[in-house]
Amino acid sequence: MAMAGTVQAPRSSQARARAWLLGFLRFATVIVTTYLGLLAVTFFIGRVIPIDPVLAVLGDHASASAIAQARREMGLDLPLWQQFLLYLRQVLSGDLGTSVLTTNPVTTDIVRVFPATLELATFGTIVGVAIGIPLGVLAAVRRGSLADQVVRLVGLAGYSIPIFWLALVGLLFFYARLRWVAFPGRIDVAYEYTFTPITGLYLVDAVIQGQWDVAWDVFRHIVLPGCLLGYFSLAYVSRMTRSFMLNELGQEYIVAARAKGLAERRVIWRHALRNAAVPLVTVVVLSYASLLEGSVLTEIVFSWPGIGSYITNALQNADMSAVLGGTLIIGSVFIALNLLSDVLYRALDPRTRVR
Amino acid sequence: MSALPAAPRQGRRAWLLSNSPASRLQARLGRAYMVWLRFSANGLAVAGLAIILLLVLVAIFAGLLAPHSPTLGDLAGARLLPPGTPGYLLGTDDQGRDILSRLIYGSRLTLFVVVLVAVIAAPVGLLVGTVAGYAGGWLDAVLMRITDIFLAFPKLVLALAFAAALGPGIENAVIAIAITSWPPYARIARAETLTVRNSDYIAAVRLVGASPWRIVLRHVMPMCLSSLIVRVTLDMAGIILTAAGLGFLGLGAQPPTPEWGAMIASGRRFILDQWWVATMPGIAIFVVSLGFNLLGDGLRDALDPKEGAQ
Repeated sequence: MAMAGTVQAPRSSQARARAWLLGFLRFATVIVTTYLGLLAVTFFIGRVIPIDPVLAVLGDHASASAIAQARREMGLDLPLWQQFLLYLRQVLSGDLGTSVLTTNPVTTDIVRVFPATLELATFGTIVGVAIGIPLGVLAAVRRGSLADQVVRLVGLAGYSIPIFWLALVGLLFFYARLRWVAFPGRIDVAYEYTFTPITGLYLVDAVIQGQWDVAWDVFRHIVLPGCLLGYFSLAYVSRMTRSFMLNELGQEYIVAARAKGLAERRVIWRHALRNAAVPLVTVVVLSYASLLEGSVLTEIVFSWPGIGSYITNALQNADMSAVLGGTLIIGSVFIALNLLSDVLYRALDPRTRVR
Repeated sequence: MSALPAAPRQGRRAWLLSNSPASRLQARLGRAYMVWLRFSANGLAVAGLAIILLLVLVAIFAGLLAPHSPTLGDLAGARLLPPGTPGYLLGTDDQGRDILSRLIYGSRLTLFVVVLVAVIAAPVGLLVGTVAGYAGGWLDAVLMRITDIFLAFPKLVLALAFAAALGPGIENAVIAIAITSWPPYARIARAETLTVRNSDYIAAVRLVGASPWRIVLRHVMPMCLSSLIVRVTLDMAGIILTAAGLGFLGLGAQPPTPEWGAMIASGRRFILDQWWVATMPGIAIFVVSLGFNLLGDGLRDALDPKEGAQ
């Protein structure tokens, strides 16, 4: 996704403005085409793949006249491109159809369940970054040592373990055997009807309202799924941190800093990590996006009432509008975070700026 | 062969490592030998290769290795037996089926998914990437925009939606995963194509009068293969995990097929009392994915020493 990286350094302000505008237009094209692509795919999945969408809605006992009427109402007698435009207009006005399962508009459902996923993924990312970056730095500084090998294996395991399996095993140990964490779910039944969420992020809500007993209960619910997701983020973050740090530690400015007599700690954490932080920010954003997606499988195991559970429940009940609505939302957030990581990289690294 | 009769081993080695190969075959074998030398020096990579070879052997000889039927259980006498029970090394599931036998037959499904996805997605990516890179201009712009769009999608969720629309089944799971996994291959192939596109040997082939298709197929694509193989190997673990995830959700192979992800899902109900039913297939998935990851890492280091230095 080239924005303006290759633009030659223009001198005059007019040329600079033109280069900026060109970069902006290119970026706008990227955004628009990517989202159109996503909508085209969900449209394709929902309207084209099923042999007969009418049959999917009405069932095979409907009368011929009902089927004909449904065809007209659903716009299926129109050419495909008109159907797509119709679909675009619907989605852009916030209409994702109605869920057969909950009988609510899909948009309403998603607004209700999305904060749960957001809270889980955020918790996971914080855990992953807080542990993954120091581990990656350690592995890079002691390259080839036992610590490096251990970090490497921990990371490789993170790329190889099925997340839903680890969730089950975690539940077996920490809930059933050790009783350290709470039963699957988001909050204890005792609090479910007395606690009033504000933002939908329960941990934040409980703390704002000063209900510490609720906050503790919520924490006991989120800690296991959050840490599991955090482990997968850690695997990615530590691996990339190691690679970026090795890159920086080989540079001449590090030699200069050491020659100047700076403490090794300062060289590593202030000089090297600061430069490695630029690509790291994009890594963290990307891992956040992948956790939003990865939470789908985790949520089922932990009965976490987020968008992952929503999609899979819908899936098992052949509720296609809910499945596609959920896919569209996760896809949109994923794309947005992808683009954000791109923008952040350019904003943070002065070398990529248009001069 | 120029091998000396006195020291055939030494001679063969020298012949392979010769800096002035006399034939195309010698050059090729020599290069392969150097890659193997670098690869085999890496213990973890060899372990990964061993795991994958074992998986292939188990899949081929499943009929001979499995002590019991993978689908028919002994409902009356062998329900939910713990691991270590005589005759049932890894225990049995809720239908009295031997878990070890199911795992052994399940290796066929895992291999089937991985190979099929690679066979579908890699050539598509290779073709898109090389054509875009070699043609340049608007074709390159359009193809790469499409690739980037697909690259920006969440893979698992999209595979989920595809599998849901196509209906459950292992073939549909393969299609769903393949649709979401070709874009990185296109990117890699294009990058490699751009580096060789303006080189002298391409200019020479063009001068001889080769058509663009011939150049792309015979002279550009082979240059992309090594990085593509590395990437595909590294992706195998992800493919296995996605397939297992789809199986876990009931979108992959259908019962009573012994698919590992579906086995975890069926063991989930009694995880608290009969932990082995869900745990064993997970260990199998983990070992195989780890094998592919180690193999991929080793291949990358062996095929591309520059990258491996990092």
